[in-house]
Amino acid sequence: MKLNELTLKESLDKLAKKEIKIEEIYQDLDSAYQAKNSKLNIYLSHNDVALEQAKKASHKPLRGLPIAVKDNFCTRDLLTTASTKILEEFQPQYESTVTKRLLESGGILYGKTNMDAWAHGSSTETSDFGPTLNPCNPAHLPGGSSGGSAAAVAADLAAAAIGSETAGSIRQPAAWCGVVGLKPTYGRVSRFGVAAMASSTDSPGPLAKTVEDAAILLNSFAGPDERDGTCSRNKAPDFSQAIGQSIKGLKIGVIYQDIKELASTNQILVEQLQILRELGAAVETVQAMDPHFAIGVYTVVQRAEVSSNLARYDGIRYGLDRSHFGAEAKKRIMLGTYTLTKGRADQYYNLAQKVRTLYLQDYQRLFQKYDVLVSATSPSYAKELGASLDAAMFGELEDMLLEASSVSGLPGVNVPFYRDEKTNLYLGASFIAPMWQEEKVIKVADAFEKNTKWNSWRNK
Amino acid sequence: MPYKLVCGLEIHAELKTKSKMFCACKNDPFGAPAPNTHTCPVCLGMPGALPVANRQAIERTIKLGLALNCQVNLFSKFDRKNYFYPDLPKGYQISQYDIPFCYDGYVETSEGKVRIHRIHLEEDTAKLSHQDIDLDGDGVLDKATLVDFNRSSVPLVEIVTEADIISPTQAKEYGQKLRQIMRYLDIADCDMEKGGMRLEANISLRREGKNELPDYKVECKNINSFKFLEAAINYEITRQTEILQNGGVPTQETRGYNPTTGKTFAQRSKEDAADYRYFPDPDLPPLEFTAEQIEAWRQELPELPEARALRLATTYSLNIQSAQSLTRQRLEADFFESVLTLAKQENLDCQKLVNALLNKKITFSLQDLPSKVLASFQTAFASQTVDENKLTAVLQQVLSNNPDAVEKYRAGKTAVLGFLVGQTMRELGKQTDVNQVREQLVKMLD
Repeated sequence: MKLNELTLKESLDKLAKKEIKIEEIYQDLDSAYQAKNSKLNIYLSHNDVALEQAKKASHKPLRGLPIAVKDNFCTRDLLTTASTKILEEFQPQYESTVTKRLLESGGILYGKTNMDAWAHGSSTETSDFGPTLNPCNPAHLPGGSSGGSAAAVAADLAAAAIGSETAGSIRQPAAWCGVVGLKPTYGRVSRFGVAAMASSTDSPGPLAKTVEDAAILLNSFAGPDERDGTCSRNKAPDFSQAIGQSIKGLKIGVIYQDIKELASTNQILVEQLQILRELGAAVETVQAMDPHFAIGVYTVVQRAEVSSNLARYDGIRYGLDRSHFGAEAKKRIMLGTYTLTKGRADQYYNLAQKVRTLYLQDYQRLFQKYDVLVSATSPSYAKELGASLDAAMFGELEDMLLEASSVSGLPGVNVPFYRDEKTNLYLGASFIAPMWQEEKVIKVADAFEKNTKWNSWRNK
Repeated sequence: MPYKLVCGLEIHAELKTKSKMFCACKNDPFGAPAPNTHTCPVCLGMPGALPVANRQAIERTIKLGLALNCQVNLFSKFDRKNYFYPDLPKGYQISQYDIPFCYDGYVETSEGKVRIHRIHLEEDTAKLSHQDIDLDGDGVLDKATLVDFNRSSVPLVEIVTEADIISPTQAKEYGQKLRQIMRYLDIADCDMEKGGMRLEANISLRREGKNELPDYKVECKNINSFKFLEAAINYEITRQTEILQNGGVPTQETRGYNPTTGKTFAQRSKEDAADYRYFPDPDLPPLEFTAEQIEAWRQELPELPEARALRLATTYSLNIQSAQSLTRQRLEADFFESVLTLAKQENLDCQKLVNALLNKKITFSLQDLPSKVLASFQTAFASQTVDENKLTAVLQQVLSNNPDAVEKYRAGKTAVLGFLVGQTMRELGKQTDVNQVREQLVKMLD
């Protein structure tokens, strides 16, 4: 077994016991990088001095392990392009709070990963630097927008990765690549230094091989930040405490949306969730508000915020002018501009905010009865390359099961719940909990993961 | 004249705060050593940089509102005002749209009340300067626009009145009062030449006897003194009257004021008016205040110029005009009041003293001790010297009538000296040379 294939936790333990050396991990990782990266197009930039930095971090919690970071996090030492031509040569003079804390915890920035340009999309196909291929099956997409980060984990090209989610951008690519993706509560993790997509829902979070790895990585960067006014002032708990806990007596609601495209996925999900009953949880099917409205809410709010957030790239301070925006960004800017126009705002933006409140209330109702809710993460397996190109609402439809919880700020975890043997592609389940209760989803997802065979690393 | 002025003012002022509105950069655009030195990713609008609201600026805005008799919104928020301009690095300005911090206040003027419609807080833009520079080194000057971000995101309050202003002189008086109040509160320097305070007037005319608002308005910008404000309004009255008298309606537009010609000129017509696509800034959580907090801030307000003038007039038997002159600026007023306090104690003629001070009949500086000022007042105003025997007799009488004061004085509490001088002056009359009295008194006490 190659050492880059170890989970984060295994690597930490083996390093602590001095069974392996950090140099050996990087040796295996670097050769895997040489072998795979140009083919899969996962990393846009690579840290050439990663090992030297890692050696100096051996005494810190993450012991110098290599972490892949989505290219919308500003980093002083590596270019930050958000996969766009406009920021092609942008070298930030400041560090995002997340990567700053990652580095302080002894994580090493192994490279910056490909994404949908400006995080607009769920395929990583809208990147101005070409699509990333799904390591599980390179004829398929990795999902997005954190597709490069999910692929880096799936391809063993990092011990774990960091992404950001606005509505599905961590969990959906995690589902398509068969890895774990944790979207924290909105406000749990600072957004400072993350090129903004939709400010009111952007949430940085970890992608990893196991739920425990995700919890460990989240520990390194979650918590209050005075540079982000929307970041909670409450100290973050130790998320790894939720690992290995019993789920006996927990009430779990299965959001079973009666939608044709979901039928076969839902059937498998219900079968697989049986294990939670066996572990002592009460599992029931529940009706939640129709997810189609959330597509509308999310689309309107996100486009509006995008149109404003991208206004700063006006061609005065950055290399290229507005004509170099990709087609997707242009569409979003125009739609958002339209929905905020005088006379239209009530019809779109303000109405969307009201429906957002209805979702919040719906979740409040459901969480009075259930500790955790679960649904499929994505309606189906990873789509084939090219699938997003002619589908105007590709991302919105692929993320339809996640948008309601995203616009409500809820935390959620994707864990794989099925693998198709023919295609080697995965289905993922998304567990969600009330705001600030990440421990609940971590606990349930961890129990599910440990008692099923779908986590490929546990079986390596 | 068959037409009456309908005018409202929108006044911007840069707030004095330690740091900028949404970042930790120093708020000192005029004192910066060089352009673009007080900057950071936030006020440069760089990717991922986030604003965090400045508490001091919010407190000062609300205190201004309280000083202008405003209501305060206990729930408020910041909104994005979206437009493109090279001085606006984010492509939007963080401002307040439908829920300003303060609303419904007023300022009294000699020509009537001017109601305040709203006061909101926003961030200033960067400063552009248009210059001819040889950019490409070919020896020929090129037109260039330089951007200085030292001013970017400096806190800026906007005070908007109702269209209550009925004359150019009232506009000027209102503006002066507003500036005076902001300086009293010590929240803004209001240096108009540097752009620390900017005036905009909305000017239209209506037929005498009509009450409804005219269906057009002309916005006059780039006015950087109260004198020019008055002149611009006067010019617009003439210009608009002429158009109306010829049966036309003045174009709704934005006009600039040229101080050299004394005329206004068209800048932008209504067709170009921007739709700012306001929406709540998702980077800044809404703000909530308690009534107790607002009340506590109200208690912290200093005595304002009008109230202070009235109090000085009553306490020291001054006419209101001279009381107003004494209270124009807070530090000056503090000085004058300390002089008056002693003068009253010593039973001097306060109005006469004030006249001497205001007409500069005696020289003084704000650092002088009140006793020194009174001494020069006495010296300058040929006070009557008293026969020494008579003075000694009166002093003896005063001392024996006030044994407590004498005891206090001898115990080191020399402040009672003023009281004893006052008692003596009452016997001898206000024309008496207070210096002579004081000297003799000290001799006798010692």
